[in-house]
Amino acid sequence: MEKGQKFEEALENAATSVADFDTDDKSFVSRFHHALHTTPALVPLIVLVAAIVVFGLTLGSKFFSPFALTLILQQVQIVGIVAAAQSIVILTAGIDLSVGAIAVITSVFMGQFTFRYGIPVELSVLMGLTAGTAIGALNGWLVAVMRLPPFIVTLGMWQIVLAANFLYSANETIRSQDIAEQAAFLQFMGSKFKIGGAVFTYGVVFMVILVVVLAYALRATAWGRHVYAVGDDPEAAELSGVNVKRTLISVYATAGLICGFAGWALIGRIGSVSPTSGQLLNIESITAVVIGGISLFGGRGSIVGTFFGALIVGVFTLGLRLAGADAQWTYLLIGVLIIAAVAVDQWIRKVAA
Amino acid sequence: MKTLIAAAVSALIASAGASFAGSHAIGACLITKTDTNPFFVKMKEGALAKADELGVKLSTFAGKIDGDHETQVAAIETCIANGAKGILLTASDTSSIVPAVKQARDAGLVVIALDTPLNPIDAADMTFATDNFLAGELIGAWAAAALGSDAANAKIGMLDLAVSQPTVGVLRDQGFLKGFGIDLGDPNKWGDETDSRIVGNDVTAGNEEGGRRAIENLLAKDPMINVVYTINEPAAAGAYEALKAIGRENDVLIVSVDGGCPGVQNVKDGVIGATSQQYPLLMASKGIEAIVAWAKDGTKPANTPGKDFFDTGVALVTDKPVAGVDSIDTKEGTDLCWG
Amino acid sequence: MKPILKAKGLVKRFGRVVALDNCDFELLPGEILGVIGDNGAGKSTLIKAISGAISADEGEIWLEGKKVSFSSPIEARDAGIETVYQTLAMSPALSIADNMFMGREILKSGWQGKIFRRLDRRAMEIFARDKLSELGLLTIQNINQAVETLSGGQRQGVAVARAAAFGSKVIILDEPTAALGVKESRKVLDLIQDVRAKGVPIILISHNMPHVFEVCDRVHIHRLGKRLTVIDPKKYEMADAVAFMTGAKEPNEKAA
Repeated sequence: MEKGQKFEEALENAATSVADFDTDDKSFVSRFHHALHTTPALVPLIVLVAAIVVFGLTLGSKFFSPFALTLILQQVQIVGIVAAAQSIVILTAGIDLSVGAIAVITSVFMGQFTFRYGIPVELSVLMGLTAGTAIGALNGWLVAVMRLPPFIVTLGMWQIVLAANFLYSANETIRSQDIAEQAAFLQFMGSKFKIGGAVFTYGVVFMVILVVVLAYALRATAWGRHVYAVGDDPEAAELSGVNVKRTLISVYATAGLICGFAGWALIGRIGSVSPTSGQLLNIESITAVVIGGISLFGGRGSIVGTFFGALIVGVFTLGLRLAGADAQWTYLLIGVLIIAAVAVDQWIRKVAA
Repeated sequence: MKTLIAAAVSALIASAGASFAGSHAIGACLITKTDTNPFFVKMKEGALAKADELGVKLSTFAGKIDGDHETQVAAIETCIANGAKGILLTASDTSSIVPAVKQARDAGLVVIALDTPLNPIDAADMTFATDNFLAGELIGAWAAAALGSDAANAKIGMLDLAVSQPTVGVLRDQGFLKGFGIDLGDPNKWGDETDSRIVGNDVTAGNEEGGRRAIENLLAKDPMINVVYTINEPAAAGAYEALKAIGRENDVLIVSVDGGCPGVQNVKDGVIGATSQQYPLLMASKGIEAIVAWAKDGTKPANTPGKDFFDTGVALVTDKPVAGVDSIDTKEGTDLCWG
Repeated sequence: MKPILKAKGLVKRFGRVVALDNCDFELLPGEILGVIGDNGAGKSTLIKAISGAISADEGEIWLEGKKVSFSSPIEARDAGIETVYQTLAMSPALSIADNMFMGREILKSGWQGKIFRRLDRRAMEIFARDKLSELGLLTIQNINQAVETLSGGQRQGVAVARAAAFGSKVIILDEPTAALGVKESRKVLDLIQDVRAKGVPIILISHNMPHVFEVCDRVHIHRLGKRLTVIDPKKYEMADAVAFMTGAKEPNEKAA
């Protein structure tokens, strides 16, 4: 067999390396670009540290006290937990608009099961968490098996769950004092402990543990690889042997479970069971995810970035209030941050292919 | 095909006839800001109960969120089309709703504003409302008297409703300050006061979460706040949680407005020092009665003397009465409470 | 020589269109079989039926003498038929090692693997690096590079290495050089022959006549939903093959 065609004789003298990566271009920008490409959580971390430094310098010890800094953790704990759920969904190139509604309805279930039916508190909590998981699984089934767009599915589910929440609870708020007397376990996530001047709640601890566990699962288990693959290119994943349907359903169900925990933590934070709470959680969670550098197109980003994103929002909110700025300035700056985050994500995605 | 059209046309005529025939029951509409705020839930219940009693056919509508003005406009138009005799309205946007209200009045309906006066107030035929300014004054005066000589050095946190400063929020806020003895600046907005006793204002959206976050922000500015004005009882409950978290719940006076049953219970438990109770059930039932009277002979109820609306009353509920401010105790408050 | 992969009487209808019309197919051990045919002749449907992507309505398939039927590409893969799709089926944002093991990841042994389901990254990286080196793909420096940073030829190389790595019995290559330039195509053709040298038979679907005639031992010409004939590229000209494919000429020996 002849080696190659006649016109390929010219190849004899061609360069032998198939593709040269210009590893000589050690300009700072390109090295920075490469670093960001490999560690997507770097950008929100830089922004977070910069924000803390700037506010610390301008506001002094009022901002830089253990009290204020851990206050930020407490203020973002609910959003942080919900944003973790949102992160895994967005990694599959999906989105979940019903996260807030699931959190609220599970808190209502936990409260009403205990107070209306007299079910033991621990069991009520378990049932609430199960309900959250079930709603999430339903979302997942509609997306994966019925092949409906996630935006539409979760938009509808948001309405359904929210309305069910109001209908079932009859708008009844269960008072914090009553809960403290009869079912204190519902407020468990709000219990706190002190280390020096810093105050931590179990809800904050849960948020941190959740981020660590999810980060491990996403990086070091096959499930995590499949989540990224499904978000990056679902057809390629399917052909490579990933059970795309099962992965998607598991992601949405896990998100529902996490939102159930958020509902429990919500009771801890506000003390009472209030059906009107958590109305902005879906928008706030998406904000944290986007600022944290997870691409809305799926397949890229780190959950640690979401954690930083939630913290950034918290730092800006408290810092600006302490500085005396109108609340609207916070909303304005968050909007700017969102656009900047997406622009940076697009720049990172650019690779010499 | 022809039979189909003929059948459809006759069905249409029959139903049109039916709607006129069935209208020896007076039709009325209740349009609230939202369906989820317990205050409006109670108002709806009161209206439905009175309507049942008087044989009025009541349709209810609500916006999706506080500020949802469009749904209310559509509701007014629906009511006119349905041949209702009167509309009870708590307006989300008190100025923008005026043209729709005029449309209804021109069509012969009586429009009664509940709880929130329209802007201008005479755009409605009648207004049944709480004197929100008085409600604020009562709790302000109570707080000042309860502190006694310490009122001069008080540190006050103001927990308001929203940055858009809706009327109800402004009235209660400014009423409180006046009752406490603080100069108002411009009485049509909050936040412009210069008295150093005010640590700051923050917004709560009228719920527990907002209350907690708002007081935390203010405490970060000055941890020694000892008086907290709150726009309503859910916000107060949230604020209490935050104070409890730093162990200062017994050092701070929290006052509020609403008089809902959970709120009165909170006064009893010492969470809230005093609250101004308002009467949504009364507003609703008086509103239905007014529509019936109008339908019968065109009479309208009169304003409370000295005010340009009918004051449905406000009472200070507290278990720690002070001299100079009339109040009722929590037992009476519980009898009268709503929600 | 007994064929390692054989299909007889395959029929597939899509609505009213008959894509496979009583089609036969044979792949002999250790050979590179080219499959050519005009667009719409049904060769992609044939390949999909063999690789498990679709199920034929009628007909039978035998692998190594045993009758098989696949309801998914993964079942075919588990039986030893690996396919390198035209789109490569790789996740661009994930690394070479990740892609190599997608769907068949190695877990760490012991409690870390069983309880925490932890991936054995090192083992996967070493394996991936070995497989790439075996096939002479030495220019890929970093096994943890994201696949999207590779050139077209390198990606094709990784895809082929993945197909060859897991003890496959048959490898199907669907248009491997379609998107590549001269140099890279050459590398891929060399790669194909290296794989064959390891004893794995290859089905090569391609429109590129020179490449097909260069590396294939036999060429299956597909036309109108069935196998028209199988020719020896040494005995025929490319022009003949094109003529058979398009119906301009009839072959002397029809396929059995």
